[in-house]
Amino acid sequence: MNDSWGNICRPRQTQSNLNWRTDVLPVADKKLVVGNRRSYGDVCINDGGAIIDATGLNRFISFDRSTGIVRCEAGVTLWQVAKFAVPLGWFLPVTPGTGFVTVAGAVANDVHGKNHHVAGSFGCFVKKLQLRRSNGDELVCSETENTELFAATIGGLGLTGFISWVEFALKPIQHSMMAVDSVSYNSYEEFLALSSESEKTHEYCVSWIDCLDKSGRGVFFRGKHAEEGGLDADLEAAKRSVPALVGAGFPLVNQLSVYLFNATYMRAHAGNRQYTETIAKFFYPLDSLLNWNRIYGRKGFYQFQCVVPLENAEVLKEVFACISAANQGSFLSVLKTMGSIASPALLSFCRPGVTLAIDFPNRGKKTMQLLSTLEDLVMHAGGAIYPAKDATMSAATFEKSFPKLAEYIQYVDPAFTSSFWQRVNAK
Amino acid sequence: MKNLLILGATSGISQAYLNRVADRCEKIVLVARSAEKLQQLAEHASTISDASVTTLVFDLANAEEHGKLVSTVTETMGTIDCALVSYGQLTDQARCATDPAYAMEQFNLNGTSTVSLSLHLSNQLAKQGSGSLAVIGSVAGDRGRRSNYCYGAAKSAVESFLAGLRSDMQKHKVHVLTIKPGFVDTPMTSAFKKGALWASADKVASDIDRAITKKKSVLYTPWFWRYIMLIIKCIPEFIFKKLPL
Ligand SMILES: Cc1cc2nc3c(=O)[nH]c(=O)nc-3n(C[C@H](O)[C@H](O)[C@H](O)COP(=O)(O)OP(=O)(O)OC[C@H]3O[C@@H](n4cnc5c(N)ncnc54)[C@H](O)[C@@H]3O)c2cc1C
Ligand SMILES: NC(=O)c1ccc[n+]([C@@H]2O[C@H](COP(=O)([O-])OP(=O)(O)OC[C@H]3O[C@@H](n4cnc5c(N)ncnc54)[C@H](OP(=O)(O)O)[C@@H]3O)[C@@H](O)[C@H]2O)c1
Repeated sequence: MNDSWGNICRPRQTQSNLNWRTDVLPVADKKLVVGNRRSYGDVCINDGGAIIDATGLNRFISFDRSTGIVRCEAGVTLWQVAKFAVPLGWFLPVTPGTGFVTVAGAVANDVHGKNHHVAGSFGCFVKKLQLRRSNGDELVCSETENTELFAATIGGLGLTGFISWVEFALKPIQHSMMAVDSVSYNSYEEFLALSSESEKTHEYCVSWIDCLDKSGRGVFFRGKHAEEGGLDADLEAAKRSVPALVGAGFPLVNQLSVYLFNATYMRAHAGNRQYTETIAKFFYPLDSLLNWNRIYGRKGFYQFQCVVPLENAEVLKEVFACISAANQGSFLSVLKTMGSIASPALLSFCRPGVTLAIDFPNRGKKTMQLLSTLEDLVMHAGGAIYPAKDATMSAATFEKSFPKLAEYIQYVDPAFTSSFWQRVNAK
Repeated sequence: MKNLLILGATSGISQAYLNRVADRCEKIVLVARSAEKLQQLAEHASTISDASVTTLVFDLANAEEHGKLVSTVTETMGTIDCALVSYGQLTDQARCATDPAYAMEQFNLNGTSTVSLSLHLSNQLAKQGSGSLAVIGSVAGDRGRRSNYCYGAAKSAVESFLAGLRSDMQKHKVHVLTIKPGFVDTPMTSAFKKGALWASADKVASDIDRAITKKKSVLYTPWFWRYIMLIIKCIPEFIFKKLPL
């Protein structure tokens, strides 16, 4: 298994597993509990410390079929929840672009999905969680008990202690297929217009952009749960895997392959198309290709995700120009607007604005320079960078991105740390 | 399958199997030695399935009580449609040399006690005239290797026993499945570095599910282990004894 999804870091860390939620936490003064390590950078890495893998905690605890409130262990994946709940008429209230993330991972990064504009982030739906601290405390945290720790743990980057279970609210659905509408566009302005129009009519909105195109062409996808078909439709798509051999060798991502892929993709999605597809295909298009991160080869890759306020949305055009000039982008990148619904999290990345996520094959110094330029552009525009995707932001950027940082720090468990934390809390 | 019995329910493979089949069951009985773990597993099973779930705390190494155990199970669930036997420990081979008492205790757990349990269960299934008995052996049972022959010998004993039992049970319409996993990523092997030959417990569970449904006799899981072991079994002894396996 990779230490994190981007496969950039080569940490020296000890590894152990938790298999039962009553297991004792290993005694270590620098520990970090992790989930499925789908974070791209170093929030799930603990160089010089102990990594405690909680994916063995994959059991449900209870489900109320009338209210849709589910309680499950930390390591249950969102896909596990979807597979269980959809046939019963319930779906995840918020889901990121992969179903392989764990429930605790979703809490700790306060993840967002294609419905952020109407739903907010994952943390908005968390009712309760149990936090086990290194001093032996086992605390149930919610909006009414241990409220400060509750707010610090959602979006808390795994540093407030070990989350052993989470209780959250699912949303009711009548049909399991997705009705989708795709619209191609030729400029960033068109994207903004499509977003503001579609958000009024569609629960799920997201867009792919061609990062090699200076004007910002792309394809906008807007979807809803279908209005027919019932709940029995197939959820799953067949899975294929990128062989380990690819990961060990040269990256398959280069200027030519990116150019060809993006051009083909744009052509395939020209104009306006309407269709229905499965939940797996709509929400998790990449999950059917297991280990796709191996296409970046042994050196791995970075992902850069930022959010900028709507009034400074123009800055993303400068970002595109920089990427295009540096000729460094990868396959399709993701663009989406976020709404104003806030979760209880002290450190949530989610805030109103436009968010861009883009992959960069690791080309050493050149890539670091580009990332740092992009970081500056975003920070000048009053934006923020997403810790779940980050491996490079400075302590100053982190502090500026998260205004409630000082309040949060009080709740960090003294025996917990991460490589990310070592970097951004370097004082 | 309506009524499922799992002996060694808290094992990684058992849990993965339970996840696959729970929603097809009416009654589930889970047997393991830790009450605390059983409780957590029972909550899970009751959430993902409408079946009635019962737990029994029992030390399966204790063969003397197996008869009692099987009658308690039968009282609880009536007919046993499928019994999965999936417990044991990976024996510390180095320790066996210096601590024969440990070696025999391990042999009892992985070998003798499993045979005893299989006997009691098959008697019950024969009485019913139906059902599947699925027991986990190991590819390690195919040939004694320097690195783990104590564990391997116990699995070997179980598998020879099952081969005879399978034939004997034909007249009772009872299905006996020998499951031979290769390397599986479970708590038993958490200390090992995982490579290309490793399978997830879920992969093994899906193979077990199919083999039980199709009433297969011997299952190598994943499939390629049948061929790896074929090669290993073919190596002449004078070479084999020199190999660092
Ligand atoms: C293809 C892909 C698409 C993605 N799309 C999106 C998206 O659309 N939106 C979005 O928001 N994110 C997205 N992500 C990022 C992903 O959702 C987050 O990184 C998520 O947190 C990963 O969860 P995980 O279970 O893998 O946790 P890990 O990466 O293992 O850990 C993440 C954090 O959670 C903490 N943690 C995990 N378990 C525990 C526990 N039991 N107790 C305490 N702390 C814990 C860790 O310490 C760490 O800080 C995507 C990632 C991928 C690979
Ligand atoms: N993992 C592999 O690579 C592999 C390969 C081939 C065969 N197998 C076999 O697969 C089966 C399942 O093992 P696993 O891989 O799933 O490992 P596991 O998760 O470690 O399971 C072993 C289980 O055996 C239980 N157990 C041990 N002694 C017991 C006793 N006296 N009474 C009751 N239960 C007892 C343990 O209970 P506690 O939870 O209470 O400790 C544990 O649940 C075993 O027969 C194993 O030999 C495994």
